[in-house]
Amino acid sequence: MQSLQEMIEGIKAGEEKHIARAISLIENDRDKGFALLKELYGSAEISYLVGITGPPGSGKSTLTDKIVLHWRKQGLKVAIIAIDPTSQFSGGALLGDRIRMDNVAADKGVFIRSMGTRGTLGGLNPAIYDTVLLLSYAGYDYILIETVGVGQNEVDIVDLADTTLVVTVPEAGDDIQTFKAGLMEVGDIFVLNKSDRPSVIKMELTLEQMVRLTHKEGEKWTIPIVKTTATENKGIAELVEKINDHKEYLQNDGQLKENRHEVMRRQLINLMEERVLAKIIKPIENSEHFSEKLKAIRDLSEDPYTAAEELLKNRLPE
Amino acid sequence: MAKEKIKVLIAKPGLDGHDRGAKVIARGLIEAGMEVVYTGLRNTPEDIVRAAIQEDVDVIGMSILSGAHNHLFKSVMELLKKENFEDVLVIAGGIIPEEDHEYLTELGIDGIFTPGTPIQKIVDFIEERAK
Ligand SMILES: Nc1nc2c(ncn2[C@@H]2O[C@H](COP(=O)(O)OP(=O)(O)OP(=O)(O)O)[C@@H](O)[C@H]2O)c(=O)[nH]1
Ligand SMILES: [Mg+2]
Repeated sequence: MQSLQEMIEGIKAGEEKHIARAISLIENDRDKGFALLKELYGSAEISYLVGITGPPGSGKSTLTDKIVLHWRKQGLKVAIIAIDPTSQFSGGALLGDRIRMDNVAADKGVFIRSMGTRGTLGGLNPAIYDTVLLLSYAGYDYILIETVGVGQNEVDIVDLADTTLVVTVPEAGDDIQTFKAGLMEVGDIFVLNKSDRPSVIKMELTLEQMVRLTHKEGEKWTIPIVKTTATENKGIAELVEKINDHKEYLQNDGQLKENRHEVMRRQLINLMEERVLAKIIKPIENSEHFSEKLKAIRDLSEDPYTAAEELLKNRLPE
Repeated sequence: MAKEKIKVLIAKPGLDGHDRGAKVIARGLIEAGMEVVYTGLRNTPEDIVRAAIQEDVDVIGMSILSGAHNHLFKSVMELLKKENFEDVLVIAGGIIPEEDHEYLTELGIDGIFTPGTPIQKIVDFIEERAK
């Protein structure tokens, strides 16, 4: 293994092998990852973070490929974090987004990393935000995070983003109720992809209506709807323009700072929770005492409320 | 625990357009609890090695449909060496004639699995050898 200093130099110089190894530490060997991030913290500004979410197969990866291609023409360096769900049963994950990113995969100015959600109980996997920081220090101008928008977890992840793109397709018309409930609320820009397909107009009208209904009085940002055909590179320039508009809006309004402050607040809480879980709860879970209590609860000779209190006795202030 | 999660790159070098075998293997590895980065068809050796580095995988699995593509394996192994990324476990699958096995082993390919190999055998091999 390389020394910490060697890795830090490598990361700052943008060397992919060091960056990639550091992300693995962040994911798997948290304390070592923290050691790196402690040294790197504050060494560069956090990159502009764009989230892209939407139902499975809506074209998120294809869009990512084309958006990044556009940014690359402007000379920007880009990192992509492609997140796919971890199977609850096996713990495995199919990380298949690279397939559609073949236009940028060979480009030296683009770094792609796939990650599983690794279902932490409730809330988002804190490793993702740590990875965002790391990639910022590695010199990427933009970071794009792709997540499948179905569950709350994924929406949480997209909460990190400065600008969130919510992707929908014309065929989603009938499912629009479920859409409205969750995904639509997190979007800063709606992307109507696959607009080469029938019933685009109908879907566009539905989306417009939704924007009108959800727009709050006095709000300066109105969610734009951008029609794209990712496979034909259509609508991408306009989409990138809208991302820039939103970025400008956030900056002028002082909101960018405020949002990021809020993200950091939540991350700080996540990090504390993670420590408490690892240093206090896990050891108890692995102890004899825990098994005894569990058995007592099963035998109905004890209730779980008292058991929880007793298991944490002397570990918490009264 | 999640700590030792094995990450595998499944790639399909060469120009032939079938990846059913690769997909079956990918599925089997996922069911065994591994994270599988799947890169689709027609990967060049450069693509494969770069993806392996960026994803920091523990294992590279490559499948081809005929022994005529041995040179692709050779390129991948040479690039891995050049990039100093040799600690990765490399396995090959597909229709690889018996007489080529020795050559591939010499190249540094750790395991060769021909069609019909039970997926559990591949899982066991990886779990024993990776990391
Ligand atoms: N007709 C049409 N097909 C598209 C368009 N964009 C993407 N596709 C196709 O839709 C399929 C899914 O595209 P992806 O980019 O993998 O979609 P995704 O949302 O990333 O999928 P997951 O990551 O699996 O949720 C692919 O076959 C694409 O070629 C489009 O604008 N029009
Ligand atoms: Mg995708």
